[in-house]
Amino acid sequence: MSARANSREYLNPYLAGALLGVVLFLAFFTTGNGLGASGGIARILVSVEDRLVPEHVDRTPHLLAMAGGDTNPLDNWIVFVTIGALLGGFASGLLHGRIRTETQKGPRISSGSRWFFAFLGGLVMGYGARLARGCTSGQALSGGAVLSVGSWAFMFAVFGGGYALAWFVRRLWT
Amino acid sequence: MAPFALIDILGKPATYSIYLLIGFAFGAVLEMAGFADSRRLAAQFYLRNMTVLKVMFGAIVTAMVLLFLASGLGLLDMGRVWVNPTYLVPGIVGGLLMGVGFILGGFCPGTSIVALANLKIDGLFFFLGVSAGVVLFGETVGLYEGFYHSTPMGRFTLSEWLGIPEGWVVLLVVLMALFMFWGAEKLEGIYGERGEPARASGRRFPPRLAGAAALVVLALVVLGIGQPTSAEQWERIAPRKQPLLDERRVQIHPAELVDLARNDQVRLLLLDLRDESDFNVFHLVDSRRVTLEEVRDGLPALGLLSAPANTVTVLISNGEERATDAWKLLATSGVLNVYILEGGINNWLDVYGHPEHDAICPEGEASGGTARIEAFAHRFEHALGSAQPSADPDALAERAIEFTPKVELQIRKKLGGGCG
Repeated sequence: MSARANSREYLNPYLAGALLGVVLFLAFFTTGNGLGASGGIARILVSVEDRLVPEHVDRTPHLLAMAGGDTNPLDNWIVFVTIGALLGGFASGLLHGRIRTETQKGPRISSGSRWFFAFLGGLVMGYGARLARGCTSGQALSGGAVLSVGSWAFMFAVFGGGYALAWFVRRLWT
Repeated sequence: MAPFALIDILGKPATYSIYLLIGFAFGAVLEMAGFADSRRLAAQFYLRNMTVLKVMFGAIVTAMVLLFLASGLGLLDMGRVWVNPTYLVPGIVGGLLMGVGFILGGFCPGTSIVALANLKIDGLFFFLGVSAGVVLFGETVGLYEGFYHSTPMGRFTLSEWLGIPEGWVVLLVVLMALFMFWGAEKLEGIYGERGEPARASGRRFPPRLAGAAALVVLALVVLGIGQPTSAEQWERIAPRKQPLLDERRVQIHPAELVDLARNDQVRLLLLDLRDESDFNVFHLVDSRRVTLEEVRDGLPALGLLSAPANTVTVLISNGEERATDAWKLLATSGVLNVYILEGGINNWLDVYGHPEHDAICPEGEASGGTARIEAFAHRFEHALGSAQPSADPDALAERAIEFTPKVELQIRKKLGGGCG
């Protein structure tokens, strides 16, 4: 019997990878697009901004491209993939009894610290994802499968950055 | 042939429902792989649990092999599959930042959404952080817009970069991934978490080996059947496209070119397919000389697929033969708004030629609507290139000449669009 309280029978990683690959392939085959997440988040955010401060959106070039004037930033495939991922993640969690209000963290830090670093990590990652024009889903997975040079370079940079910093922040996780 | 212009076929609600479904499967698989748990994700960077690497590269090579298999079998048009444009340096810098964010926060945007859906509070904070980071980016990128747009390489694949056919790249990537999986197993053996349930390994033919073998076999098949040549690609679209040529719907009269040159709404791109010697004697102002090989092999360099939507490309040869060949190549590559100068330069000079310069052929004989003569049929005293009086469309605008307009600007239906 496993020492863990909940059933944590996750999928075999290779099987999960193969399944994800099939989903990615079907996405490309049917639609011509791969997967994505940060783009969906960006568009949802800019649509909120557009309601609060439309003049600002219209004056900032990067935001203008998505939501300038009458353009509806939510009218885009990636928004729906992102929302779908939320629903699918929920459904799977529900099915496997893994929905639980909890904070998962390394043994040596407090929940408060974890929350702080989660936010900080998210901040850096959100920024980096827009700079790179995609995140691990949009650039690494999707761009990687279609052999985009930029995507492969990006992917190695992600792993590189993570490994480079890992030892210095080991207190967070180990 | 796949991929499909779904919005045209099914309308927006149905199309977006399909995307929702795709996302659903995406999120579900991420959750099933255990990626709602930040500890599992972070463990990757301590070599304890290589699930992230296995899932990511597993997904990439699986999708890659299937994509190129489908393309090789003629089921999928890779030309219409979205390939993220490469902006090399911002991509790398962004990637490094993401690596930092990953190890600090324990998630990536996609997995944080899944964590959020499963009520993980750390996932929520991460997601809020991502939102803040995204907004911060929108506000600050204006300060270094130049950097953000630097090192653009357009649609640039490993195959093009290495100069080797896709089949070989696919095989090499598969082998690299398998090597990484093997390495991952070794590292997990050394540094791995003791809590991981042991996998039953008593079978004679371990499924992992079977999977690896299957990938290699498929990659070899991809390599063997190859990707469609441009001739084969043309065969596929010929039923739709050949009539455009036969019915003379894409050959434009010189006067229409003059008209286009004056049109501010249109970005006119003139590609001259002629030999260098002819080009040096006479060519239209602002036209650019390219060879058929460049059109066939160097499409990314020409930048046609990532050109602004209002770009109209006019192909020019002495008659129409080379321009028509180039037109077919561009049609198979999915470049829109490509036209042929009717009768080529020979006809251009018949219409606009300065009487002093026309020498060899009297007006009308060298060309006409269905010019087949590819040799340059006009003689000039000096090779002045585009300095000839009749080379500048702007200067010829006053001579109002009747023409049947044929150009209809077709906006590329954004099949792709990436994360932007």
